[in-house]
Amino acid sequence: SSQQHQEAVHHCASSRCGEDSHGKLYKNDTETQLYSLKMYSIIHIFYNTIYDEDEVLLALAEQLGNFTMLVGGPEYVHCLLPPLESLATVEETVVRDKAVESLRKISQEHSPVDLEVHFEPLVKRLASGDWFTSRTSACGLFSVCYPRVSSTVKAEIRQHFRTLCSDDTPMVRRAAASKLGEFAKVLEPEYVKSDIISLFTALASDEQDSVRLLAVEACVSIATLLPQEDLETLVMPTLRQAAEDKSWRVRYMVADKFSELQKAVGSEITKNDLVPAFQNLLKDCEAEVRAAAANKVKEFCENLPEDNREQIIMTHILPCVKELVSDTNQHVKSALASVIMGLSTILGKDNTIEHLLPLFLAQLKDECPEVRLNIISNLDCVNEVIGIRQLSQSLLPAIVELAEDAKWRVRLAIIEYMPLLAGQLGVEFFDEKLNTLCMAWLIDHVYAIREAATCNLMKLVEKFGAEWAQNTIVPKVLGMANDPNYLHRMTTLFCINALSEACGQEITTKQMLPVVLKMSNDQVANVRFNVAKSLQKIGPVLDSNALQTEVKPVLEKLATDSDMDVKYFAQEAISGMFDFLLSTKLLNFNSLNFIFLLFFLCSFGPSITIPNQRLQRLAWLW
Amino acid sequence: MWCFSQVKGAIDEDVAEADIISTVEFNYSGELLATGDKGGRVVIFQHEQESKNRPHLRGEYNVYSTFQSHEPEFDYLKSLEIEEKINKIRWLPQQNAAHFLLSTNDKTIKLWKISERDKRAEGYNLKDEDGRVRDPFRITSLRVPVLMPMDLMVEASPRRIFANAHTYHINSISVNSDHETYLSADDLRINLWHLEITDRSFNIVDIKPANMEELTEVITAAECHPHQCNVFVYSSSKGTIRLCDMREAALCDRHSKFFEEPEDPSSRSFFSEIISSISDVKFSHSGRYMMTRDYLSVKVWDLNMENRPVETYQVHEYLRSKLCSLYENDCIFDKFECCWNGSDSAIMTGSYNNFFRMFDRNTRRDITLEASRESSKPRATLKPRKVSTGGKRKKDEISVDSLDFNKKILHTAWHPKDNVIAVAATNNLYIFQDKIN
Repeated sequence: SSQQHQEAVHHCASSRCGEDSHGKLYKNDTETQLYSLKMYSIIHIFYNTIYDEDEVLLALAEQLGNFTMLVGGPEYVHCLLPPLESLATVEETVVRDKAVESLRKISQEHSPVDLEVHFEPLVKRLASGDWFTSRTSACGLFSVCYPRVSSTVKAEIRQHFRTLCSDDTPMVRRAAASKLGEFAKVLEPEYVKSDIISLFTALASDEQDSVRLLAVEACVSIATLLPQEDLETLVMPTLRQAAEDKSWRVRYMVADKFSELQKAVGSEITKNDLVPAFQNLLKDCEAEVRAAAANKVKEFCENLPEDNREQIIMTHILPCVKELVSDTNQHVKSALASVIMGLSTILGKDNTIEHLLPLFLAQLKDECPEVRLNIISNLDCVNEVIGIRQLSQSLLPAIVELAEDAKWRVRLAIIEYMPLLAGQLGVEFFDEKLNTLCMAWLIDHVYAIREAATCNLMKLVEKFGAEWAQNTIVPKVLGMANDPNYLHRMTTLFCINALSEACGQEITTKQMLPVVLKMSNDQVANVRFNVAKSLQKIGPVLDSNALQTEVKPVLEKLATDSDMDVKYFAQEAISGMFDFLLSTKLLNFNSLNFIFLLFFLCSFGPSITIPNQRLQRLAWLW
Repeated sequence: MWCFSQVKGAIDEDVAEADIISTVEFNYSGELLATGDKGGRVVIFQHEQESKNRPHLRGEYNVYSTFQSHEPEFDYLKSLEIEEKINKIRWLPQQNAAHFLLSTNDKTIKLWKISERDKRAEGYNLKDEDGRVRDPFRITSLRVPVLMPMDLMVEASPRRIFANAHTYHINSISVNSDHETYLSADDLRINLWHLEITDRSFNIVDIKPANMEELTEVITAAECHPHQCNVFVYSSSKGTIRLCDMREAALCDRHSKFFEEPEDPSSRSFFSEIISSISDVKFSHSGRYMMTRDYLSVKVWDLNMENRPVETYQVHEYLRSKLCSLYENDCIFDKFECCWNGSDSAIMTGSYNNFFRMFDRNTRRDITLEASRESSKPRATLKPRKVSTGGKRKKDEISVDSLDFNKKILHTAWHPKDNVIAVAATNNLYIFQDKIN
C-alpha cells in the first residue's frame, strides 16, 4: 500500500543517515560510487513501481532533497538529479513543486563546476522539454543556478527564461510570471532593465487573465530593485494599466497587493498615483475588488507619508470609506468593519469623534451580524483613542442583539469577544449589563454555546479575580445544580471544571466540592459519571485532607455503580488521581505525603486494580 | 465521398440499455477517441499508424482502454437514484506522456488519467517471483529489485472527483483555455472549477428563481471560448444564447451578449417553444463563430452579430408536419448534438433513422448519410440518402412515414485535423473517413 511505501521512503532516508553519522562507512571512492549506484537503482525502482501513488512520489521528492550525504556527499550529489528530473515532470503539481524544491536545495550542494556540468544541463533539458510540466518546473530553477555560473551560461539562462515567458501554453507563462520577481532579484542591475522590464511588460499584457494577475505580484519585487527615477517610466505605466484592467481578477490582485506595492514604489508615487488608484479600487464595480481594497484601508493609510497623511485621508480616502459603510455587499462591509477601527489611531481623537464615530455606530447597527461582530472585535483600537464609553450606548444593544441571534455561530462568535469586552468596559459596566447575558448562555439549547459560555466564565474570572467570581458567578452556577433539566445540572459540573483552578483552593473546597459530591446521587447516569470526571479534574486544586475524607468515599461508591460508564469513569478518576499524586507529591519527595500516599493506596484495597506499570514504579520508589 | 471504415459494438438486435453510447469525443490530436455509455463505462480507441502495404487506408481505431467511470448511486438525503450514464467526456490538453479526461454523469465529474506501463520490478525481498510472501526468517540477504520490460499495459486511474456541487443534472462540461479551470453546467447553474481543487467551486451563473413556479427557462448547454479565457456561452430552452465575460464580475448573472433570432409569427404553433430549445452549442475552432442545434435546424452565429444567425441549415424540415406525433412519443425532446470539422468549413449533426447530416459552409451543399450495417463493407462508399418531402416519392427516396424514430444519431464527433468522423448509433460506433484515391 502507499502508506507502507511512504514509510519505506522515510525509513530509507533516516536509517542511512544514522549509519553515516557513525563513521565514514564509505570512505573508499569505488565503494561510494557503488553505493551511490545502488542507491540510485533503489530510487529508480521506487519511482517506476509506484509512480501512480502521489503521496509516495511526494515523499520521494521531498526525501531526495536530504539524500546528499547518503550518496557520498556533495561530490556525488549529482546522481540525485535523474530521479528528481523525472519527478519534476509528473502531472501532479504538488509532486512537481516538491521536486523543484529539492532540486533547489541540492543545487546549493553542487560545486560551481558540477553546477555547470550536471545541474545546468538539467535545467536546460527541462526548459526545452516537450511537455509543459517540465518547462514549468524549469522556471523555478533558473534563479538558484544563475548566480553561480559563468557569464556565457548566464546568457543562456536569460535566453531560456525569455523563451519560457512567451511559451505557447498559459501554464508555462504563469510559472514564468510567478518566478519573474525572484529571477529579477538575482540578475545584474543592467539586465533587470534590459531584460526583465520587457518580459514584465509582455506578461502584464498577456491575453490570459491568470498570467496578467501574476505579473502584478512580480511588480512588487521589480519595483524594489529599480532606482526611484526609473520607476515612473519603467513600472508605473504597467501598474496603472493593471489597476484599470478589464478583468476584475487582475484588479483584485492589485488591491490585494496594494500595501506591498505602496512600499515598493515609495511615497512620491504613492501620493500622485496610488491614492487615486486606491480610490478607484474602493469604488470598483466588482464587490470582490472593493472587499479586497477595503481590507487594505488601514494599512494603506498607515503607510502614507506622514507630512500630509491626515489631509489625504480626510479628503480622498474617508469619502470612499463612508460610501462603503452602506455598500450593497455584505462582504465589503464586513471587510471594512474589520479594519475601520484602526483609522482612529491614525486620525486622532477629534477626527475620530467627528468623522469615524458615526461610521462605527452605523456599522454597529448593520443588518449583517458579521459586520457588527467585526466592529466589536476591534474595539481595542478605539478604546485607546477616545475610550469605549463613547460607544457604550450603541454597543450594548448591538451586543444584546448578537447574543440572542438566531444563528448559533453568531452567538458563539460574540461569546468569544466577551472577555475582551469585559476588560475594556470594566467590571461595573459588565456586572450591570452583560453578566446576565453570560449566565443566559449557560442554558442555551446548543451545546457548543454552553461549552463556550463555561470557557468564557473561566476567562472572566482570570480577568476579574476570585473574589468577584465568588460574589457574582459561583452562586448562580451552583444554583443550577438543582435545575430539573439534567443538561443544566451537567453545565454546573462543566463550569466547576473550568473555574476551579481560577477560583483557587478555598472556593473550590468550600463551595464547589460539596455541590459536586451531592450530585453523585443524581438519578441520571450522565450526571454521575461527570461527577467522577469533575472530581478527577478538580482533584489537583483540592487539599489532601478533602481528597482523602470526602472525594475518596464518593469515588469508591461510584466505582460500584450499577451503570457501566459511571463505574468506568470513577475508576479512571481513582487511578488518575493516584497518578497525579505519584507525579507531584512523590517525586518532590516529602515524607509526610509519602506516608499519606501509602495510606491512600492501602485504603483503596482491592477495590481498584493498579496497572502493572505503576506498581513497578512504586516498587522502584520503595 | 465518405467511405466506411469501422464499426464497433455488438450486432445483436436486442440492445442492452447499458450499452447505448451517450457521448463521443476525439482528443486534441485526434489520436484518441473516447466514448461513454449509459452503463457508466468509458471506452477509449487509439489510432493505429497506417501500414505501408495498405496505403489506401488511414489507420484504424482500436480499443486502447476500457474502464468503469461511474457507478449507479443513491442519494439517501434526497431519496434519488443517480444514474451512472456518462453525460459528457472532455479531454484535457496533453501535458505529459499520459492522457487526461473529464467524465461526468448527472452529479459527479471525475478526472481520469490514462497512462501506459511497460516495465515492472522483479526481485522483491519480501515476496517470491510468483508473488507469495517469503518467510522473513529465511531472508538472509537484501537484494535490489530490477526493472524488467513487460507487455504494454494501459491503466486508467481516477485522479480527482468533483462532487456535491450540482443540485440539478449536469448537461455540459468545458475546459477553459487557461488549462487550469473548467466549467460545469446543470439545468439552472454554472460552476467554475479549478482542475486541482475538488472541495470548492465558484458559482458563476444562477438562473434559479426565488420561486420555482416562476421558472420559465433552463440552461441546456454551456461552453468555454477556445482562445479567450474569459468568455463562455450558455444556451437556454427558449432558444437563446448568452455570452458572458468573466472579467466583468465574479458573478456572470448579467450577460455581455444575447443571441436571439426573432420568431417568425407565421410559423408559430404549440410546439414553437419546444422545438426552439437549443440542445447543443459549440464554438468553431477559430473562436469567431458558434453553432447551435435546435430540434429542426443548425444555426451558425457570428459572435459579433447578436440579432440573427449568419447561416441556418435545415436538418429534417420534413418533420415539421409530424411534430404532433413526435411530441406523443417524446422524440421532440431528443437532444441532438452538433460538431465542426477541423477547419470550420463543414458541420455535422444527427437525425432519425440512423441518418446524419453534413453541411458544407462554403458551397452550401448538404448531404444525408446513413450509419448502417448494410453498407459496412471496408471502403464501401456511403450512398447519399433522400427523404421524400411530399408529392410523389421518387426512386431511392424514403418516405417520412417509414423513418425509424427509435434509431437516432444524437452524438457525433469530427477528427480535429483529418476527415474522420465518429457517429454513435445506439450501441454501435461507426467510423467513416473520406475516400483516398
